Amino acid sequence: MAKIQAAAAAKIAEICDRHKDENTPLMMILSDIQNEYGYIPLEVQEIVSQKTGISVAEIYGVVTFYSFFSLVPKGKYIIGCCLGTACYVKGAQQVIDKFSEVLKIQPGETTEDGLFTIDALRCIGACGIAPAVSINGKVYPKMTVSQVTEVVAQYLIAEEKMKEGETL
Amino acid sequence: MSVLNIKIDGISCQAEEGMTILQAARANGYEIPSLCEFNNGECNRGSCRVCLVEATGARGLVASCVYPVSEGMEIKINSPKALEARRESVELLLSNHNQNCQQCDKNGRCELLHVAKLTGARDNMFVGVHTESHIDRLAPGLVRDTSKCILCGRCIERCKNAQGLGILGYENRGFNTFVSPAEDRSFQNSPCIQCGQCVNVCPTGALMEHSEIDKIDEAFKAGKHIIAQAAPAVRAALGEEFGYPVGTPVTGKMIAAMRRLGFERVYDVNFGADLTIMEEGTELLGRLQNGGVLPMITSCSPGWINYAEMNYSDLLPHLSSCKSPHQMQGAVIKSYWAEQNGLDPNDIFVVSVMPCVAKKYEKERDQEKVNGIPDVDAVITTRELARMIKRAGIMFNRLPDEDWDGDIMGDYTGAGVIFGVTGGVMEAALRTVYFKLTGQEKEDIVFTEVRGHDAGIREASLDINGTTVNVAIASGMRSAKILLDDIRAGKSKYHFIEIMGCPGGCINGGGQPYIRHCFLENEPDDILETYKERRAKALYSEDERQVLRQSHNNPQIIKLYEEFLGEPNSHKSHELLHTSYAAREGFR
Amino acid sequence: MINSVEKLNENIAVCSKRLSDKLTGADGRRHIVLCGGTGCLSNNSKEIADKFRELLEEKGLFSKATVNQVGCFGFCSQGPFVKIYPEDTLYRLVSIDDVDEIIESDIINNKVVERLLYEEPSTGEKVSKQDDINFYKKQRRVALHGCGVIDPENINEALGEGAFKGLERALSMSRQEVIDEVLAAGLRGRGGAGFPTGRKWQFAYNSESDEKYVVCNGDEGDPGAFMDRSILEGNPLAVIEGMMIAGYAIGAQNGYFYVRAEYPIAVNRLKIAIMQAEELGLLGDNILGTEFSFRCHIRLGAGAFVCGEETALLNSIEGKRGMPRPRPPFPAVKGLWGKPTIINNVETLACIPYILRETAENFASVGTEKSKGTKVFALGGKVNNVGLVEVPMGTTLHELIYDIGGGIPNGKKFKAIQTGGPSGGCLTEEFLDEPIDFDNLVQKGSMMGSGGAIVMDEDNCMVDVAKFYMEFICDESCGKCSPCRIGTKRMLEILTRITEGSGTMEDLDALEELSRTVKNNSLCALGQTAANPIDSTLKHFRDEYIAHIVDKKCPSHVCKNLMEYYIDPDKCIGCGLCAKGCPVDCIKRTDYVAEGHKLASFAINSDACAKCGSCIGVCRLQAISKR
Repeated sequence: MAKIQAAAAAKIAEICDRHKDENTPLMMILSDIQNEYGYIPLEVQEIVSQKTGISVAEIYGVVTFYSFFSLVPKGKYIIGCCLGTACYVKGAQQVIDKFSEVLKIQPGETTEDGLFTIDALRCIGACGIAPAVSINGKVYPKMTVSQVTEVVAQYLIAEEKMKEGETL
Repeated sequence: MSVLNIKIDGISCQAEEGMTILQAARANGYEIPSLCEFNNGECNRGSCRVCLVEATGARGLVASCVYPVSEGMEIKINSPKALEARRESVELLLSNHNQNCQQCDKNGRCELLHVAKLTGARDNMFVGVHTESHIDRLAPGLVRDTSKCILCGRCIERCKNAQGLGILGYENRGFNTFVSPAEDRSFQNSPCIQCGQCVNVCPTGALMEHSEIDKIDEAFKAGKHIIAQAAPAVRAALGEEFGYPVGTPVTGKMIAAMRRLGFERVYDVNFGADLTIMEEGTELLGRLQNGGVLPMITSCSPGWINYAEMNYSDLLPHLSSCKSPHQMQGAVIKSYWAEQNGLDPNDIFVVSVMPCVAKKYEKERDQEKVNGIPDVDAVITTRELARMIKRAGIMFNRLPDEDWDGDIMGDYTGAGVIFGVTGGVMEAALRTVYFKLTGQEKEDIVFTEVRGHDAGIREASLDINGTTVNVAIASGMRSAKILLDDIRAGKSKYHFIEIMGCPGGCINGGGQPYIRHCFLENEPDDILETYKERRAKALYSEDERQVLRQSHNNPQIIKLYEEFLGEPNSHKSHELLHTSYAAREGFR
Repeated sequence: MINSVEKLNENIAVCSKRLSDKLTGADGRRHIVLCGGTGCLSNNSKEIADKFRELLEEKGLFSKATVNQVGCFGFCSQGPFVKIYPEDTLYRLVSIDDVDEIIESDIINNKVVERLLYEEPSTGEKVSKQDDINFYKKQRRVALHGCGVIDPENINEALGEGAFKGLERALSMSRQEVIDEVLAAGLRGRGGAGFPTGRKWQFAYNSESDEKYVVCNGDEGDPGAFMDRSILEGNPLAVIEGMMIAGYAIGAQNGYFYVRAEYPIAVNRLKIAIMQAEELGLLGDNILGTEFSFRCHIRLGAGAFVCGEETALLNSIEGKRGMPRPRPPFPAVKGLWGKPTIINNVETLACIPYILRETAENFASVGTEKSKGTKVFALGGKVNNVGLVEVPMGTTLHELIYDIGGGIPNGKKFKAIQTGGPSGGCLTEEFLDEPIDFDNLVQKGSMMGSGGAIVMDEDNCMVDVAKFYMEFICDESCGKCSPCRIGTKRMLEILTRITEGSGTMEDLDALEELSRTVKNNSLCALGQTAANPIDSTLKHFRDEYIAHIVDKKCPSHVCKNLMEYYIDPDKCIGCGLCAKGCPVDCIKRTDYVAEGHKLASFAINSDACAKCGSCIGVCRLQAISKR
């Protein structure tokens, strides 16, 4: 198995130590790793297992139980479509379907270029502006199907510009 | 403990405080079906919902396997509501179950099929998609087929509690949940030691031994000389598959059956066990006398070897270099025996009948081959042997008692027999070591201190002719870990340690017949707690019946050394009977 | 340090004065407060606040006016809000571009910006004060006390509103007296089931142990519900104080907040509040000079609805998969780490300081016979005024939807209101005059739940709604027990078949049998209530199911397989906008030219249509409809 770099391993160990005075801190450790690295692969879980004495299978079970934890890296832009009831009754399903169609991925998946991930979210509490879509924290209120292509295009254009900036 | 007055289906009866409804019902002569409950709460999650009953004081139906009885409680097992609920729980399970029961080796011992019949589950009541299935056939020891899994969690608990390993866990959530080593890995590429304890508790065919019956069939077709050898623990349990009370030794009938299956020779692995003692005892004396690495640890349990290689690779020099008995015997068959019979070892096919599934893995190891030829070609479990016997139409209980083939490897001693139970290898070794150190036989050759039938650590300190030998025994990895951590920390006072992979030793191996209340109607309620003791007793009584009870007194062993091997730990012995170990990563 | 009752009262006096000076203008300044709830923050309320500060500084007005962010105003569909004290002028739907005008007109020239005032839709009248808006008129703030008024990141403002007065009184009473007070208040758990809070405490009080715990359940997961988040964002100290009182009552020294990771603002404000309380010595050892010591800890959820179930929540804190435990043993006997534990919902704990401060009698003075006090609802869906409302128990559904919610938008017809989220059921027109309380809702086939209230109109297909909830439950089922794991999947499959037009009448029987099985056989409340949406829609809207099955039609034109888009050729002027925007290119020009039109009309090829609905949005003549 490919081992992660020593520096990263040390960092993971440090995160584990951060919570060593807490009772049963596994969830806290995993949350921190998820926040810092964006995902929790098996190699990382092995380190957590060594530090906490919890078996890898058990940690893996926890990671795959909670939707907040991911085993694979997510896209640069995470498109979170709220599918809470308020958004759903106002057409959120059509919006997320449209994102799927435009990006050619299903919710939960990441585009091949690593740019976009579509996430179906449980109610994010923005019911007043339903249907709500959040992209890397920026909220798009009252989203409509016809806006989807345009929103995606904005990010693609920004990305192109960034690339040009790099090559110039 | 106070006694509670309860009613079951209108009949007054009594229960003890602290009992679950299921236990109270059992104590009063009712067997409520359950798929997740096992051995009075050893694995117990209230998850399968097959044991639902009505009980006063509770809202609606309750899972009897977890719900405690209370004074005055009225329990209804046989009410229309409870009957219907249990049936529907089973029907739902069946709707997500791979129902190719005809092809399933678990058929006949499948608890799901049993409760389906019991509850009157209707055919195809709820139809729909099945959870995506994951099948792992890569590991030589065991097979995992999640299409048959009902997520009861017994395997997870067994691995974690009995072995302290926690190899198996739930993956994903809800309908997508399945059981696997992390990342849906094969057992082969995970820290699994392939002991098969999980197989022993699985209610369905989701976890099974990796059957090698087909391999034997092929060998027959190919016209090989097929030699079979059976381990001591097999005889203590095989009878259970044919309705004998647990702990009935069926040695004679087993030999007769194996002979009728067409094996050219039927040998007892006890000969190999005696040989192991000669080699291992000599190795121990050598280490004691020459300042070798101590404590020395036994090496006949392949589950334990796996554990050591993956978790304690720094302690590998402590392991005896001896192969396990059946591997030694296989090596002798393919060399000395082949020579004596004028056969090419390539035409010989050695089948080991074992209480173990890790042996299936062990025989595949490169370190268990001589000149590229494997010592053993196929390993089948006690359960597989029973299947072969039944398949052949043999009425086991009508068989005569027959004896082992006597040529070359026919003799064996009581020392070899007790290999099958935790502490047995130690006792057998001590009998010979005592003789080697003192030059005389110990009068009372029973070393009761080291005897047992369960997990947990036992220790003894023996003074043999002025030499103090401190020994310890552990079975199950949870206990073994304690001894190993002491060695690692430099705190171990022992000279010799016996470690067995399965709690209780080979009698409780991962290849032994399933112990289930529902299939053993004539056994007492506490059978899940007593079966190890009863199987152990069968072996100890066979030891007592033997005239020869020390390995070094086995005449054919003596002859083998004289004619072929020279002396224990000779060059030839090392070539054939010893092996080596290497560190391995858990996740590969 | 506030280490005695005297010091607390001194502090409260100072802070109260400061807060009331602010609200009444006695300090001679104007105060601009902005809603800092999640909804308004997503609508740039932080940027608006920054803009206020920037312009005030530019204009040298810092001595004249302050800018503050407070908790949720509740009226989310009209956010972001800006309120100006002491006049109490409320501006709504404020954008960054409005900031300059508010400063110029209101702050500098004391002239109200009329166009930013709320307009009562029924009368068209402009309303300048919050309390005069119909949405707020029938509300009564107990759990939401302080939300939208105080700065949640400043403990002094909370003290100004009387924070810790409840704790002070509790500490002067015996533990049993505190429990009796909560019992007398008739407070029932706001998380869903409505179990009497005092009785829960009594069980834990009676359990002997060296260690006990209080756990605050902030894993609010019902889709469409955000009461707990708003309370934590608006007045976190109220919940902390409630937890401390609970801790005192049962004899616990540690409390755990379990909050959804999806609520970063709430978590952050909770952290700040705990820190500030610790700094003042209000959390820690020997609180207010008594023997009582208490500490608060925060644990985050990680996206699993089932963790709202209390034993699953405990497993989650213990670092395990959030799978419920069989009961008994109940958490009050054997809970977190095997110790007696009470688990109370955020809103429940937020009511506790009020009960202790204002007495049980006061709390119980509103409500119905068996449901005392108030309840916060997250009103959403097809209703004009979307937001958070707190009303006395016993308020009718009609009052909630029409008086507070302002009715159904676009003149559509009310169809049903779903309370209790995925565990609840829908209530139809005939129940509109029913008073809302725990027992009455259950009796009528729904439940209170945590307080989600989603209004549905004639455009909502009830089979689709049932499918939506079942999809949610199926996704969120933990998988531990077989009836819920498999049964919800089977129900979802049947509902999917029906909405796709391949259902049969036998499917309805199967649904009913499955519903009963899953309800009776499941381990925890999630499974036991999973079929409620199916039961209630089958009961009230069986005709819609039958229309899907027999007529192969979705009466509300929602289910894609059973509806089509249609262009009225006589209305179509042939502009082609719809065809241009069609992603699957299924709209083509026909030969038909309607009378008075120059161009031939377009028509949709239904077989190729993806039913995305893009066309209907771009047609300016409303020539496209669903049928």
